[in-house]
Amino acid sequence: MNNGIALKSILNKEIQRFMRIWIQTLVPPAITISLYFIIFGSLIGSRIGEMGGFDYMSFIVPGLIMMSVITNSYSNVASSFFSAKWQRNVEEMLVAPVPNWVIVAGYVGGGMARGILVGLIVTLVALFFVDIHIHNIWVVIATVSLTSAVFALGGLINAIFAGSFDDISIIPTFILTPLTYLGGVFYSISLLPEFWQGVSKVNPIVYMVNAFRYGFLGVSDVSITTAFVVIGVFITILFTVAMTLISKGIGLRS
Amino acid sequence: MQKALAISGLEKTYKGGFQALKGIDLIVEKGDFFALLGPNGAGKSTTIGVITSLVNKTAGTVKVFGYDIATDLEKAKSFLGLVPQEFNFNQFEPLMNILVNQAGYYGVERKVAVQRAEKYLKQLELWDKRHDAARMLSGGMKRRLMIARALMHEPQILILDEPTAGVDIEVRRAMWDFLRELNKQGITIILTTHYLEEAEMLCRNIAIINHGVIVENTDMKSLLAQLDIESFVFDLVPTHKPVQLNDVISRQIDDHTLEVDLTKKQSLNQVFAQLSAQQIEVLSMRNKSNRLEALFVGLINRPTLSKEQTEEVTNNE
Repeated sequence: MNNGIALKSILNKEIQRFMRIWIQTLVPPAITISLYFIIFGSLIGSRIGEMGGFDYMSFIVPGLIMMSVITNSYSNVASSFFSAKWQRNVEEMLVAPVPNWVIVAGYVGGGMARGILVGLIVTLVALFFVDIHIHNIWVVIATVSLTSAVFALGGLINAIFAGSFDDISIIPTFILTPLTYLGGVFYSISLLPEFWQGVSKVNPIVYMVNAFRYGFLGVSDVSITTAFVVIGVFITILFTVAMTLISKGIGLRS
Repeated sequence: MQKALAISGLEKTYKGGFQALKGIDLIVEKGDFFALLGPNGAGKSTTIGVITSLVNKTAGTVKVFGYDIATDLEKAKSFLGLVPQEFNFNQFEPLMNILVNQAGYYGVERKVAVQRAEKYLKQLELWDKRHDAARMLSGGMKRRLMIARALMHEPQILILDEPTAGVDIEVRRAMWDFLRELNKQGITIILTTHYLEEAEMLCRNIAIINHGVIVENTDMKSLLAQLDIESFVFDLVPTHKPVQLNDVISRQIDDHTLEVDLTKKQSLNQVFAQLSAQQIEVLSMRNKSNRLEALFVGLINRPTLSKEQTEEVTNNE
């Protein structure tokens, strides 16, 4: 059994899926982010002045790109895997000799692909509004890749437990969006009172946004090493949970 | 003969406490065309679910070409191709993608997969639809798509769960020819069906399952040999005379229809002779109904014993 071919097939299927419905998957983030740039960057941002030593527009660009990556990585896997459960075509993989890690890696890879592609599109849109400087390209690549993996894994776990389409929108609405908005996308957490800075540091998205911002601007509210450790811990925990759930056939096998 | 499938003491109890399988033993030889028959809820689909690992078993063993699904699941899976009862493909995906991706899950190179997809789509008359989304297909086409998909990795065993349900007669017969051809090529075929005629036409061996227990497991010829009585329907030139036949059981349905029950020892000649003597002309004659149906109804209505009860009876004997 060639696991590489099986992995490539799942990846192909996932990429073909979101490319087939590009109007639903790739265009909306570009429009949303354009609105953010116009409203928060140009209109309001021009009155805010500097943030973290940079003009406000430059400051929020990395956070907005990361917000798109997070949302799209998560929702791609959540909706694709749940849809495969709902239409029962997940059985195509379950009856085949595909190891569970290949299923997890295939779906996560698909989520990462969409997250990163949307990230690129948003970056291109941002170029219309602001000049982008990159401080450390490797930090940018590593952060975006690992963060998209974290949220793709989260989307997979959500889809495994989901019993209806409503269930795959609950976590993005009630957990993911608040954490993202409070994760330092629009502000530096150094502006917060000390207590709320401490509270913010419990939010994993703070580390991801700041690591990504460091890659672009060279400034961060948290240590980059700590940020990568936090991301690594989340990947390890979520991958283990996803593997356990699929191995036990939770929501998949009766 | 090599065992393609060996099931022993298979039990399945679902979460709600419903015991779908109560200790099934079954052997399917390599190259067989095997029918698994039973009424709705008998345990057919659960059995297939366990074999293909879509249902977790509660107890017992399942071996595919000697590989236990509990210890060598991936190897066992590689021999199996499944055509499920319900449509279970992505309705929005084009046919070609469905087939090529499925082959990929079994490690088949894309180039080979594309060639095979072309072969099976042409054989199953779906080639013109290869770029269409699966939801655009008719019911019969969707069934054929699932057969093509199950063959993409060239399995040794093809399992079909009610493959011709809801398919018109013409397509059904074409599918039968296709399955016969596959079997001739050496593929072991296991079929569940509601259509008893289908089992009789295609299968060499048969197991009948009811309430999670195998109530009969034999070859088709032996099963049919159990039938003592066969019913015939005679279409007559309309007659106002009552038809009277000696030594055979008969029923005159109306002025042009007569039903006759014959045992194996009785010949049709004596019926024709008696009808001729009464100057009654026969226009045509046919079997009243599927013979297997009568036997099937008899078997599933027979009180069934659980495995423990069967062992108890055997030990007492």
